[in-house]
Amino acid sequence: MTALVRIAGLVRRFDVSKPWLNRLIERAPRQILTAVADVSLEIPERGVYALVGESGSGKSTIGKIAVGLLAPSEGAVEIGGVDLHRERDPARRTETRAHIQMIFQDPYASLNPRWRVRDIIEEPVRARGDRSEGLAERLLEQVGLSARDADKFPHEFSGGQRQRICVARALASEPRFIVCDEPTSALDVSVQAQVLNLMKDLQERLGLTYLFISHDLSVVRYMADRIGVLYLGRLVEEAPRDALFETPRHPYTRMLLEAAPRIDAFGREVDPPKGEIPDPINPPTGCAYHPRCPFADERCKRERPAMRDAGASRAACHAVEEGRL
Amino acid sequence: MNAMRRAWESDLSYSFRHSPITVLAAFMVIVLFAGAILAPLIAPYSPFDPATLNLMNGFTPPMTPNTFTGETFWLGTDDQGRDMFSAILYGMRISLFVGFAAVLLALVLGVVAGLVAGYAGGWVDTIIMRIADVQLTFPSILVAMLIFGIAKGLTPPDMRDQMAIWVLIVSIGLSDWVQFARVVRGATLVERNREYVQAARLIGRSRSAIMFRHVLPNVTSPVLVIATIGLALAIIAEATLSFLGVGAPPTQPSLGTLIRIGQGYLFSGEWWILFFPAVTLLVLALSVNLLGDWLREALNPRLR
Amino acid sequence: MTETPILSLRNLVVEIPTRRDVLRPVDRVSFQIARGEVLGVVGESGAGKSMTGTAVIGLIDPPGHIAGGRVELDGQRIDNLPAEKMRRIRGKRIGMVFQDPLTSLNPLIRIGDQLTETILAHLDVSEAEARRRAVAALEEVGIPAAARRIDSYPHEFSGGMRQRVVIALALAAEPDLVIADEPTTALDVSVQAQIIALLKRLCRERGTAVMLITHDMGVIAEAADRVAVMYAGRLAEIGPVAEVIAHPQHPYTRGLMAATPMATPPGERLNQIPGAMPRLDAIPAGCAFHPRCPVAEAGCRVGDPPRVEECGGRAACWVVAREAGLVRA
Repeated sequence: MTALVRIAGLVRRFDVSKPWLNRLIERAPRQILTAVADVSLEIPERGVYALVGESGSGKSTIGKIAVGLLAPSEGAVEIGGVDLHRERDPARRTETRAHIQMIFQDPYASLNPRWRVRDIIEEPVRARGDRSEGLAERLLEQVGLSARDADKFPHEFSGGQRQRICVARALASEPRFIVCDEPTSALDVSVQAQVLNLMKDLQERLGLTYLFISHDLSVVRYMADRIGVLYLGRLVEEAPRDALFETPRHPYTRMLLEAAPRIDAFGREVDPPKGEIPDPINPPTGCAYHPRCPFADERCKRERPAMRDAGASRAACHAVEEGRL
Repeated sequence: MNAMRRAWESDLSYSFRHSPITVLAAFMVIVLFAGAILAPLIAPYSPFDPATLNLMNGFTPPMTPNTFTGETFWLGTDDQGRDMFSAILYGMRISLFVGFAAVLLALVLGVVAGLVAGYAGGWVDTIIMRIADVQLTFPSILVAMLIFGIAKGLTPPDMRDQMAIWVLIVSIGLSDWVQFARVVRGATLVERNREYVQAARLIGRSRSAIMFRHVLPNVTSPVLVIATIGLALAIIAEATLSFLGVGAPPTQPSLGTLIRIGQGYLFSGEWWILFFPAVTLLVLALSVNLLGDWLREALNPRLR
Repeated sequence: MTETPILSLRNLVVEIPTRRDVLRPVDRVSFQIARGEVLGVVGESGAGKSMTGTAVIGLIDPPGHIAGGRVELDGQRIDNLPAEKMRRIRGKRIGMVFQDPLTSLNPLIRIGDQLTETILAHLDVSEAEARRRAVAALEEVGIPAAARRIDSYPHEFSGGMRQRVVIALALAAEPDLVIADEPTTALDVSVQAQIIALLKRLCRERGTAVMLITHDMGVIAEAADRVAVMYAGRLAEIGPVAEVIAHPQHPYTRGLMAATPMATPPGERLNQIPGAMPRLDAIPAGCAFHPRCPVAEAGCRVGDPPRVEECGGRAACWVVAREAGLVRA
């Protein structure tokens, strides 16, 4: 299998300083938030790679860089061998852009309320100057809606139906790679199941490649074949789905799996995890997870662990590397 | 048919029907607008045609036969013997035309400036909004007078009377764009971070396509409200300028010009020359304003 | 059970008159919560779960109002109390924890002052004693260095810490009942686990009853003793949490459980319930779930299903009740 998506050494920094006048008066230094730090990963053609992490983990930032909505500070994202941020040939850029799509979290904000569904779905094709007769109708039926819905406005649909329309729009340009940024976290469980099933069916039938971003491990377990766990902008572990859930390596992954509410855990008395996610502007030294980690030692405070292969997985942890875990 | 029923049952129509003051204001607006538009058909006299004027008719009180000619005028006549009713109808035409055109100019300028400032951000935003801030530190009537003065200096003397109306429009329009720009910029800042805008950026739509095709339709409701209230303000601004003698020329008198003429006779007993144009201006501005207030409440999703 | 329940709802109806018709976000809901019990109220958006909680504390936004039934707190009817008396019950006898901790905390007042104020308002203690109790309350909810941080403002706390403060605030006056509406929805997984554990521990220690409103079956499984499943403003099923989750009876609960990715083995398709929760202005006649129900019969379209307190079953469903012999076919 060849990699369709290749992310190498990706870094994204945001300047979150106050305006310069305030800095001058308060003598405050510039403040730089590193949202994504040195993330490398590959997604094979027809693969579903999931990024999981809590708030501030940088997962949405990676998604936005992958589709070209944000520029990387360092590193590169190649899709089918083309780096949208460096490619100068306009024909290749346009072609690559048509291969990339995104499905957003909020189905209420991701459809222009003043546009008809037909115009929304067909926009990616019309913007290229291609003909689009009957396209909206065909796609609407493909995502389980009715062809008659093409002439309606978004407010006439429920949240789940809107997310189906978003899927239809994403499919319009016949993409190969779709970034799904928390596509069901705004939906109810019974509707979430409909949308997840639909997305999975389409992925299999059309041979799509997904980068699936979520904070919900149970959703990720259903969708992904490979999972990367992010903490404070860094990949701490990456593993095939079953390996991650059965033999998690990194202490943070273990904590996430342990802390996630379980449906068969009546009256379970868990020892809840300690601490909260630190301030990403001043992350801890060494391994960013060390203040919360039950296995941390002096080395973890000093030295940042590198990503190392451990079986089918990769993990960035001194304790795993030293065999302490 | 179906569409008409939906319109009748819509929230907007419902809130309209259940606000008697709004219904009254709308009625007044329709009557006054119709009067202005149909002035050539309704007006009993053509007040600015010197051939029809009879100086003997000057200062005729309302509903009273003139002592010399025996003619009766509903609202009396002014010093020149012009029928006040006709003069008001024609004056309203000028006032409304200037008001509408000025608001349209302010709207186009303000909406474009606000969209660009809000969507582009950075230094473009800073420059546009600083200009707006500076302009806001002067009263808008002062800005209008300033622009009026400059424009008047630039136009050749023989064109001045013809150009006066257009100069008025430009000066009021330029002094009013700021509020449109501010509101549109604020709404654009919200909309540009919405995911439908990101979806459009993703497929490579150009900035102008996103601004005008995606963002613009979603920032129009506050614009509509400001435009309505702005119309009332523009009518008053026009009247103020004309009252001060820097607006509409006596050959094309607006309501403000009529009031200026009338105020000279107020204390000599000819009250009607001032009174009727003033009341018309008041009712016109108040009705438009009330409509604007209703629109603001009806379109505000938080109040619904 | 002979002991008076802490909270008892009987046929509670909430109505919102609109200009077209009258909406019923809560329709004849009955349940009890015993002292020290955690009742999970679960449902999807539009199920009426939050509105039920809001009705109990008497804070429904007008024009909505309680249109029928009664709410009893420890045997005393509270739904018809004047606003002033109800205000004293809130905070003193019913504590509240909402999804967004920022809405429950005044951003301009130090958290210590907010706590002391609550304690002084409801308990007969001196100011010094109230402050001492405030520090103790913060320590109890796990705020490190509580004595020092008591003079911080809400914005100086992280989301999880704020929710801890809200819990301290809710429990400050030692209420009989805490209503927690999606208390962990805005929080990260690791912090959510902390907050659930905290809420559970404190309420058990004090014997406080909890009405835990959430859309998350996982949270219910972790925290609740019993669970009430709501659909379209009505109670679909109620029972001990282990039974309802392991052996759901109502077709809606069954569908909901099967749609939960957590309960689906990897590699298998999720079960999906067709359609979506009806809007309040279009609730179907008969059983509200019948258009989406895989086992619906002709009768379900006409008659309201037998309610649980009438037939003594767990689920408000014609098919279930008949199969259990609770109603005649």
